[in-house]
Parts: sequence; C-alpha cells; structure tokens
Amino acid sequence: MFSPISLEAGVIVIGLFLLLLEAFSTDHKKTNIAWAGITGLGLVFTLSFFVDPTPGTSPSWNFYTADPLAMFFKRFALVTTIIVLVMSIEYRGVITKYIFGVSPESGLGEFFALPVFTCAGLMWVASAVDFTLIFVSVELVTISFYVLVAYMRRNNASLEAGVKYLILGALSTGFFVYGITWIFGVTGETNLDKIAAVIPTLHGSETPLLFGFMLVMIALGFKIAAAPFQIWVPDVYQGAPTPVTAYLSVGSKAAGFVVLIRLVDTFLSVPLVRDKVIAAMVVLAALTLIYGNLAALPQTNLKRLLAYSSIAHAGYLLVAVASDASLAVAFYLGGYLLMTLLTFLVMIVVANRTGGDDIAHFAGLHRRSPWLAFAMLVAMGSLAGIPFTVGFFGKFLVFTAAYAQGHFALIAIGLVTVAAGFYYYLKVVRAMYWQESEDTSRIEAAPATNAVIATLIVLIFVLGVYPGPVFDMLRSKPVVQKVPAR
Amino acid sequence: MNILNLLIFVPILAAVAILLGAPARRTALGASAVNLLLSLIALSQYNPVGEKFQFLWFATVLQDWDLKYFVGADGLSLLMILLTTIVTLAAVWASPRVERMERQFYACLLFLSTGALGAFASLDLFFFYAFHELALIPTFLLIGIWGSGDRQAAAWKITIYLAIGSFVLLIGLIGLYLSVPETIRTFDIITLQQLAATGKISATSAHWIYPILLAGFGILISLFPFHTWAPDAYASAPAPAAMMHAGVLKKFGLYGLLRVALPLMPEAARYWSDLLLVLLVCNILYVGLATIGQKRLDLMLGYSSVMHMGYIFLGIASFNLIGLSGAALLMFAHGLAIAALFAITGHIRERTGTVRFSELGGLAKPAPVLGFLFALAAFASIGLPGFANFSSEIMVFFGAFGNKSTGPGLSHFQLATIAALWGVVISSVYMLRGFRAVFLGEIDKRRASIPDIPLAARWPVILLLAALMLGGFFPGVFLKFIQPALQMFAAH
Repeated sequence: MFSPISLEAGVIVIGLFLLLLEAFSTDHKKTNIAWAGITGLGLVFTLSFFVDPTPGTSPSWNFYTADPLAMFFKRFALVTTIIVLVMSIEYRGVITKYIFGVSPESGLGEFFALPVFTCAGLMWVASAVDFTLIFVSVELVTISFYVLVAYMRRNNASLEAGVKYLILGALSTGFFVYGITWIFGVTGETNLDKIAAVIPTLHGSETPLLFGFMLVMIALGFKIAAAPFQIWVPDVYQGAPTPVTAYLSVGSKAAGFVVLIRLVDTFLSVPLVRDKVIAAMVVLAALTLIYGNLAALPQTNLKRLLAYSSIAHAGYLLVAVASDASLAVAFYLGGYLLMTLLTFLVMIVVANRTGGDDIAHFAGLHRRSPWLAFAMLVAMGSLAGIPFTVGFFGKFLVFTAAYAQGHFALIAIGLVTVAAGFYYYLKVVRAMYWQESEDTSRIEAAPATNAVIATLIVLIFVLGVYPGPVFDMLRSKPVVQKVPAR
Repeated sequence: MNILNLLIFVPILAAVAILLGAPARRTALGASAVNLLLSLIALSQYNPVGEKFQFLWFATVLQDWDLKYFVGADGLSLLMILLTTIVTLAAVWASPRVERMERQFYACLLFLSTGALGAFASLDLFFFYAFHELALIPTFLLIGIWGSGDRQAAAWKITIYLAIGSFVLLIGLIGLYLSVPETIRTFDIITLQQLAATGKISATSAHWIYPILLAGFGILISLFPFHTWAPDAYASAPAPAAMMHAGVLKKFGLYGLLRVALPLMPEAARYWSDLLLVLLVCNILYVGLATIGQKRLDLMLGYSSVMHMGYIFLGIASFNLIGLSGAALLMFAHGLAIAALFAITGHIRERTGTVRFSELGGLAKPAPVLGFLFALAAFASIGLPGFANFSSEIMVFFGAFGNKSTGPGLSHFQLATIAALWGVVISSVYMLRGFRAVFLGEIDKRRASIPDIPLAARWPVILLLAALMLGGFFPGVFLKFIQPALQMFAAH
C-alpha cells in the first residue's frame, strides 16, 4: 500500500524524466516521449487503486485529504492527461508547423512533457483542503496552461489566446488571493474544516466572510468558465492548440469544480450564510446556462462551439452545486470528460485532413469515414443528452437534485437550454449525415487513436446504462476521511 | 431467455448487423417478421386471468435509488407491442428502393422499433422514458436525409419540439419519483401503483405533477395547442418513418397516460379533466376543420392523425372502463389505419411525383387496386363499421357520455362528447374529399398509364387492413386482454 501523495510524486518524477529524455536522448523520434509519458501515467493510474486512503498523522496532513472525491478526481486527471497526450501525438504536425528550430521536431518534447506537470497540479487540487495548498496547486495548473496555450509561437491566434489567458488568469488570481485574505481575516484559519468549525461562532461578521467568499467565487468562475466570467473562453479555446483546448475545457474545469464543491460545502453549516451562498450559486448557474447555450446557437466553428458548450455544461454543473449534490457534479464531470475528449479527438483527426475545424469541414463525413462519423454522433448525442449515454444520466442526476431542492426556476431555464443544446449539437450531425462534400477520400486515424475512440464510445454507453461503478467509487467510505481539526 | 428482452433486442442486433455489412433489406425484413411472431407468441402465452404483469425480468442498475432495467407486460402493453411489430413489418416491407445510404435507413427504422418496444415493455420509469427518447436521433436522420419537400425545417421542428416535450416529461417523472417519502422511493411502476393505492404519493405534489406530465405527454401526442410539429414532420418524412411515428411512437404518450399518469394520480387526473376536455375538443374540431382545408394528401393525413388523438383523449378522460378500453383499442386501430394510409401515400408520391390534390385525379382508372386499398384504409380511419376504429370509437363515446352530471343538465363530458361526434362528420368530409381529389375525376394525360400498385407493395397494406378488420369484427379478442389491465383504476 502506498501513501496517496506518492501518486503526485510519481507524476512529477515522470515529468522530470520526460524533460531529461528530451534533453539528452539522441533519438529524434519525439513521439517516444509522449508514449513514455502515457505509459508512466497509466502505471500511476493503476497504482491509484492500491493506495492506502488513510493519510498520515503529522500536522501537514491537515491540508491534504484522500477521500473518495479526491481519489476520483486524481484518476480523472490521469485519464484526461493520457488522452490529451494521445491527441497531441495526432496533432504534432500542426505544432511543428508553427515552431521553427534546428530539427523538424524541435519543441515537441516539451509539448508532451508539460501536460504531465499540469496533471500533478490537478491531482493536488483534488486533495487540497487548505487555502494555501489550493492556491499553490491551482497556480501550478494555471501557469503550465499559460505556456501551453501560447505554445505555437509563430501562430498569431495562439499568441493572442496566450495573452488573453495570461491577463485574465492573473486577474482571477488576484481575486483569489484577496478573497482568501478576507476569509482568513474573519476566521483566522486557512483550513476548510477549521473554517467550517469557526463560522457558527461568528456573530455579526458574516458579511465580510461572504465578501471573501464572493471574491474566491469570482476567481473560480474564471476557472470553470461561468458567466459573467467567461469572456476569455471563446477566443482562448479557438486560438490554443486543440489538445490544449481539450485539456483546458476538461482538466481546468474539473479543478475549479473540485475546489468549488469543497468551498461551498464549508459554508453550508449556518443557515444565514448558507442561503446567501446557495442564492449566489443559483444566479451564477442561471446566467451561465442562458449565456452558454444561447451564444452557442449561431456558431459555425466547431472549436468555438465547443467553447460555448463548455460554458453551457458549466451551467448544468453549477445547478448541481447549487443543489448541494457533489455526487452529481462528479458524475457529470466524468461523463463530460468522456464525451468532450471524444469530440476533440475526432475533430483533430478530421481537421488534419480537411484543413479546418469549421462545422462545414465535417460535411459528408459519414462517407469519408463512417467510423469517425459514428463516434462524433455518439459524442454529440451524449452532449445533447440522449438516453443510454452518460450525458443523459448526468443531466438526469442534476435535474433530480435540482427538483429535490426546489430550484424550479433553474429547471424552467433548463427547458430552454436543453432544447437549444439539441439544436447546436445536431448541427454537427446534420453536416456529417445530411450534407455531402466534394472530396470523398477516406479519412483514417492512427490505430492508437482508434483504440481510444472505441474505449470512449464504450464507456459513454456503459456508464449511461450502468453508472453503478462510478457511484461506488465516489461513495466508498475510507477508513478515516480527514484528520479532525484540532 | 425472456420473450420481452428478445423483442427489444432483436431489432437492435439486426440494426448493428446491417451497419456492419449484412444485406440491409433482407435482414430488416427478417428481424421484423421474427418480432411479429414473437409478439404473437407472447400474446398466446399471456394468461388474462393470471397475474396482471407477466414475463417479468429485471437487472438492478442502482440499488439505493431502486432503479432497474425491468420489463414485464400486461394486456395493454402486449397490445401496443403487437401494434409496434405489425407496423414495423409493414414499414420495412413498404419501404421503396432506397437510393442513398440504404444501411443507415433500415438501421434507423429498426431503432425506432426498439425504442417503442422498450418503452411499452418497461416497468421502470427511467427506462420507460429512456427508450422512447432513443427514437429522437433516428427520426432526425430519417426526415433529414430521406425526407421530401421542406425536410430540413421539418426535421428541426420535430426534433426540437420532441426534445422540449421529453424534457417536460422527464421533470414530471422526476417529480413523481420524489413525491413519495424518501425511504420508499422507487422507479418501479408496479411498486408505485401499490404506493398510490395506499395513498403514499403526496396529493399536493400529484396535483401539480399531473399537469406537467399531461403537458409532456401532450407534446409527444400532439395535443392541441402543442400539435403544430406533427403535420409538417409527417408530410416531409419518408413513408416508412411516417408510418412508424404516426402509427406507433405517438402512441407512447397515450400509453404513458394510461400506464403512469392515471393510475398513479387518479385524483389529480379528475381535477384536471375539464382542461383536458377543452383541449381535446379543440383537437377534434379546430384541427379537424384545418384538415378539411389542406391541399396536399400528406399534410391532410398528418392533420387527421392529430385530430384523431382527440377521440383517444376523450376515452382517457372519461375514466370508466368502457371509455378507457375504447381508448386503448382506438390507439391500436388508429396506428394501423394511419400507417396504411401513409404507406399508400408514399406509393403515390413515388409513382406520380406529387401529392398535391390540384395535380392529382383519376388515379383509380390506371390503378384500381391502389384506389381500393386507399378507400378501405380511409373508411377505417373515418370509423366505418367492420373496422376496429368503429368499435373503439363507439366505446369511447359511450364511455364519455356515461359520465352524467350530478345536477340537472348535461355534464362537461356529455357536452364534449356531443362536440366530438361532429368530428365523425368532419373526418368523413375530408377523407372522401381526399379520395375524390386523388382517385376520381379527370386524369392528367402524363399519368394515364402509371402501373397499379405491385403485388409486393400490396402485402404490407393488406396486413394492416386485415388486423383492422379482425379488431372490427371481433373486438372481444383484444378487449379480453385490455380490460383486466384497465380494471384496476377505472371508476365503476
């Protein structure tokens, strides 16, 4: 049995190893670096099932937890990173086009190694229950993304995306720190458990506490792409290298939601505070749902469409947060990972051959590759919420939680947004099946990519009909959940 | 192997086989013939005086939510399953030569069939809902790829409309699930019926959940004023898709009212019956008059199918055994009749290239058999004696009129029945008008020599008409199955 923190340590070691490999290996085939990374992360993923969930007893364990939620999101981060690396291999042609160096493949090695460090950050976020660790690990994630987003340095769109992401990321960091200081100022604690214990004893100073909470929420709003903090999303998503976009929309969002779940949970003990926190979540959810879904309607570029769809799904996730249903949030994110990464994977393969990622580039795909068209059909159906897919089960959980908590306004908004979702996701289906393209040459993906696509499709259906395994993973009670606050 | 599971999975497996390369038409025909046989076997094995639900089979999905894949059938579900298998066979059989993407076409049809069969056989609210929703994407593809006329607009309209309807329905079902105390929550329809009988379903929740379900099901059934998606979609859909949708899938909403809404929330159903009466009279009279005004055969049939939903609603609203069994039998009869009419319309469109009344006429001369079959189907649809539509409509009217008012004068039910009776006149007017426009009068010279309906295309229509006549001459055969299923919650 391992200590859970050895997983993160392992990932860091893999990252360093990959960098050394890039620096000193004489082998010019850079994809080997990605394969080494995938193998290493796969190994860590396997080991995560043999971890001793009882954390140590030293005081430093106060800010670290290995509860089921944390373990779930660690695995989530590993799977996401592995798939992103597979995507990066498919995408390497585009990267090298925009980076000039001594050898045709220079710059690729770091592109394969950086996501591994992001992964370590994501895994720490999953376990962080103290504002200091939360802040540091969120920054580790964000800073590696600053580099990744602007990676194609001869591409204006990528650079523009990098600058936008950097400026707004720095702004949100400012909100984050400022909010933490307010909360610390009121409660005298940075540990979430201890803060929760202190809140009931604050008589009269709830307002500054809530002010601090709002500031932190604004910062998290940037991370999860919630309206009105979503302005950066479309441009950054469109400009960034596609695997990085996928990583941003899944990994970065998941990190934001783990923190949000833990944070909201902390503030629910006192009715006075609880009502305000929930009300804020409801407003945020409503705005995000409406903005994301309605703005997605007129999009013609698939990457941009997925940016708005990512905002829209943040809206559904916020509905679950507002209903205090962390299980629904985690399940929904798990499903979101499968269907979003499937979409990006197919998109990269198709864009490589058709030369662009507009929806029009998918015209007649069913003839050029029935397999990829079917994969995309499954992804779009799941994103729209067709039953027997994981996307539907996620929405089902979200709306059951919302109904149970009496958030009928959010349900009414959901009626409009679900219908809108059907429209813009089926636009892609329409292009693939209704329309024809002049070029009818076949499109093939690499065998490894096909294997990942097949796995994702199977998981989308299996978890859509039999979600039990994920539920068990999220609910199994560890021996000790957290070290009690002293 | 449970026979209901076989029924649900045969079409899916056939669809997968077709997509992987099996000969499309032959596989689809074989699978739907096997399914029809299976449904007949199920009917013959069902014991009407035994347990209410038979052929039970389940697999747990979520233990603590009591969510499971649970199939089982009573007489009502078996009748609907029989309807589905007959119409599926007819639809596959009547499919014209598909020029483009033949595999996907037949796979989509088989998916529609699975969706309907799964919904009718499910005894778990979640799967009951999920199976029906499975039909959404195949419908979108069928209309969008193989449709005619303004197919794109029609495909979008039906998809968005049904997505909204399904979502409303989903919210209603979630509300139903949450309306019993937390420790005994279940998606199991049989258990829920027992809970309803012992008053465990909160009356205040039921009071509001029923109208949500009525709206959700209503959109799927094309209840006035949510009916506008139906005529356009049916007119643009390829004939087999229109047969499946108007004939079978639309019955899901009605089946849902009979299976879920009424038995679980009888008090609320009674409370809201006046609203339903107003809407259904609009369905019959308003949509009926709109039907008379149509200038194209496909649109006329689309509107007529919306209009006939009004009768079925009347039977459901009447809440007594005669009315409810009439409604159930009419669901069966209407599904067969409208499928036959759409099959013939598809044939006319294929041969002449038009379905406009102004461009057609005199087709009975070169194609007498086609005219004869259309006339029979039209008579069935109007409700002439000898067809199942007649016996069931009579039962609906008797059932509804039997709800006398407690005070002097006529009750709301009786007023609605009187209004609905005019619908019979309306439907005779438009059907006969349609028949005259297409088959009688002067024939266009270019069409004077079109061949009659070929033998292979006659059989699916004959199959549908034969089933209709069986129901017309021997309604007892079907009522024997239906009545025990409805007895439990019908007022005496």
